[in-house]
Amino acid sequence: MKLSKRSSALVATAIAAAMLMTACGGSSEGSDEGSTAASGGTFTAYIGEPKSPLVPGNTTESEGAKVISALWTGLVGYAKDGAVEYTGVADSIESDDNKDWTITLKDGWTFHDGTPVDAASFVDAWNYTANPQNAQDGGSYLSRIAGFQELQDGTATELTGVKVVDDHTFTVELSAPFALFPAVVGYDAFNPLPDSFFDDPEAFGTHPIGNGPFKADSDYVPGQGITLSRYDDYAGDDKAKADGMEFVVYADQATAYTDAEDGNVDIVDVIPPDVIESAQTTFGDNFINTEVSQITYLGFPTYDQRFADKRVRQAFSMAIDRAAISKAIFSGTRTPADSFISPVVDGYREGSCEYCTYDVDKANQLLDEAGFDKSQPIELWFNAGGGHDAWMEAVGNQLRTNIGVDFKLQGSLDFAQYLPLGESKGFTGPFRYGWSFDYPAAESYLTPLFTPQSLPPIGSNYAFYENQEVVDLIADGDSAASEEDAISAYQKAEDLIAEDMPMAPLFFTQIQSVHTDHVADVRIDLFQRPVWSEVTVNQ
Amino acid sequence: MGRYVARRLLLTIPVLLGASFLIFAMVYALPGDPIRALAGDRPVSPAVVQVLTERFHLSDPLWVQYWEYLKGLFSGDLGTDFRGRPVLDTIVRTLPVTVKLTVVAVLFEIVIGIVAGVLAGIRRNSFFDNFVLVSTTLVVSIPILVLAFLTQLLFGLKLGWFPIAGTREGLYSYVLPGLVLASGSLAYVARLTRTSIAENMRADYVRTARAKGLPQRTVIVRHMLRNSLIPVVTFIGADIGALLGGAIVTETVFNLPGIGREVFDSVKAQEGAVVVGIVTLMVFFFIFFNLIVDVLYAVLDPRIRYD
Repeated sequence: MKLSKRSSALVATAIAAAMLMTACGGSSEGSDEGSTAASGGTFTAYIGEPKSPLVPGNTTESEGAKVISALWTGLVGYAKDGAVEYTGVADSIESDDNKDWTITLKDGWTFHDGTPVDAASFVDAWNYTANPQNAQDGGSYLSRIAGFQELQDGTATELTGVKVVDDHTFTVELSAPFALFPAVVGYDAFNPLPDSFFDDPEAFGTHPIGNGPFKADSDYVPGQGITLSRYDDYAGDDKAKADGMEFVVYADQATAYTDAEDGNVDIVDVIPPDVIESAQTTFGDNFINTEVSQITYLGFPTYDQRFADKRVRQAFSMAIDRAAISKAIFSGTRTPADSFISPVVDGYREGSCEYCTYDVDKANQLLDEAGFDKSQPIELWFNAGGGHDAWMEAVGNQLRTNIGVDFKLQGSLDFAQYLPLGESKGFTGPFRYGWSFDYPAAESYLTPLFTPQSLPPIGSNYAFYENQEVVDLIADGDSAASEEDAISAYQKAEDLIAEDMPMAPLFFTQIQSVHTDHVADVRIDLFQRPVWSEVTVNQ
Repeated sequence: MGRYVARRLLLTIPVLLGASFLIFAMVYALPGDPIRALAGDRPVSPAVVQVLTERFHLSDPLWVQYWEYLKGLFSGDLGTDFRGRPVLDTIVRTLPVTVKLTVVAVLFEIVIGIVAGVLAGIRRNSFFDNFVLVSTTLVVSIPILVLAFLTQLLFGLKLGWFPIAGTREGLYSYVLPGLVLASGSLAYVARLTRTSIAENMRADYVRTARAKGLPQRTVIVRHMLRNSLIPVVTFIGADIGALLGGAIVTETVFNLPGIGREVFDSVKAQEGAVVVGIVTLMVFFFIFFNLIVDVLYAVLDPRIRYD
């Protein structure tokens, strides 16, 4: 998943300026709240412009994913703690060896056009998404399925690992055992597609037909939005409570927030950082704080001579007062990170990252042992336009104060240049990285970031960290017989990573949402999306 | 006159070609990989990168890419963005929003700007003149970004006179953003008019008109204003051309899905086809409105002839 920060730094700073000038803290409760809704039972929600057409396999960023989650229901759902629940289309997902899986579907599920959701709806969709010719953003989510690599190489035209058995059953062969496979398939990229998609994928992208609690009433209009209504033949238990909803596209979060203050848009799931404090007074109980899956890291270029020694990396991690930065820069809305596995998934242990505790003396001692040259300044890298300037500077200032190393900020590259630079081992010092899980599992915080098979550009191992023991332990976990065994193996791998410290976890992200009095029961799920079907409308 | 206009219009063709090539080259020269920008933090598989690179001719040399673009252009195809949406559709969708915003803004410029300028010009050093001087200085010195947020919070949220954002209330939604967008130019129009009027007050023909016993209103409107408007018309004409290029800040703050926002997003995403299509259109507007201005000179001042 990617972090979508659409607003440019320019706009963001200006918002701050404008907010200050109008002293926004004292605004009272909206004067004409709740009375503006013309029709009963519908609500509106903010989205930014989706990057891709509204096709589940092609949507990996947050904004399009919000719409997809209203229109589709996947094979499985997730409980509030991330555990797999069979609330979706799958009746069961079973395997004897964690490698060959049989997926059985429930009866009665239909697409919004009335056609049934059967095994072929999944198999065809997966084949389409995984095929590089179709250039689907979510293709890499299917990389565990046997035949994926052949498809990428062009030596196959379909995933050999996926086969339809009958209307309600299909089998999936993985290229290597993976115990947590059921947790993976609840994600958008695994959603089913109706036959009409394959006739005209482009038209489908503007008028998507899913199997979820809401169906599209109108075409998606770029820059404006899309209107949905409840799908009455929905087969799941989580039927939509509201009659309908509308996604309204805003170019700027700040504008959406102001519009919500006036009651013109009901749900704004992410508000700009500079209004967080005033939002708590303005919205009261309608202000929601949710811990989400993202972890912010300070990565270390292990390929660089100065950061090759793990003691140096440990020292840097210990020299950063995470709590102070969270308080000063993020108004306390970041949790100081103390592990490599996020608290939102099973397997998190409080304080599992020993070197994440703030200890200046220990840090200096480690640096002296390692013979680190403090006279040379370090360079701190981050991507431009994502609002990272202030806190990266705070990190630099702390390093200067605590371990006496001067720093230089390198924050002028945007993503298009930042990642390719990291890919070519171009980071000359510690660098910012953010990671959200692909699926709610501890493994999703380990394999993509800390294994040699995930070196960029295929994965996100920008630290170029390699440790065969970690690889073996993750493989043990993947093929473990039970979930407990798997998690204990992953935790052992985490301990090794924590010792080697290729990236220092800094913060667990929380997001802040607001909604108007017009709606209630707004909950944000682990994928940072409001659960649209649960939203009720106050008539 | 007709021949003059035709010649000027013909001249726009090489200008547009040259402009489109320059823009194309600039987008081409932008550092970074647009395919990677598309994917953000997430890695993309090399196979997908290859497919997209080939589809959009991204690895071809500049000349080849431009030739492919021109070939499409001559068959009426402006190309597609990375999402596969035709650029023409994007323009058709976003241009009306920008046109409405421009019309509202220019109306403000003309009505408020010229009236204030004339009144200040004929009553020089009066209270009103000084008021116009101070208020226009103030407006010009506030960045439009700040002005946009201020008016949005004050008139939209606190007072509730205008919608905060979006186009839900039809043309009325454009009033506040139009005023904000016009503010800077409005100040210039007022000042230009004032100076021009003040100069012409002492002109011989005005004294003659007064001596003939014409009423003050006729002297001002029929004689003075018409002569004083030439620099103002030049300014407004050029301004229309610029405004039609879209107003990134105003459109973003007031959430108007116009062409300025579109081109800004496209530059960020390095969407070559969209940027070239829209910016070339902007260049055309600019040339076209300058032509209109030149023609209007002849209408305003009978001494100017083009044949």
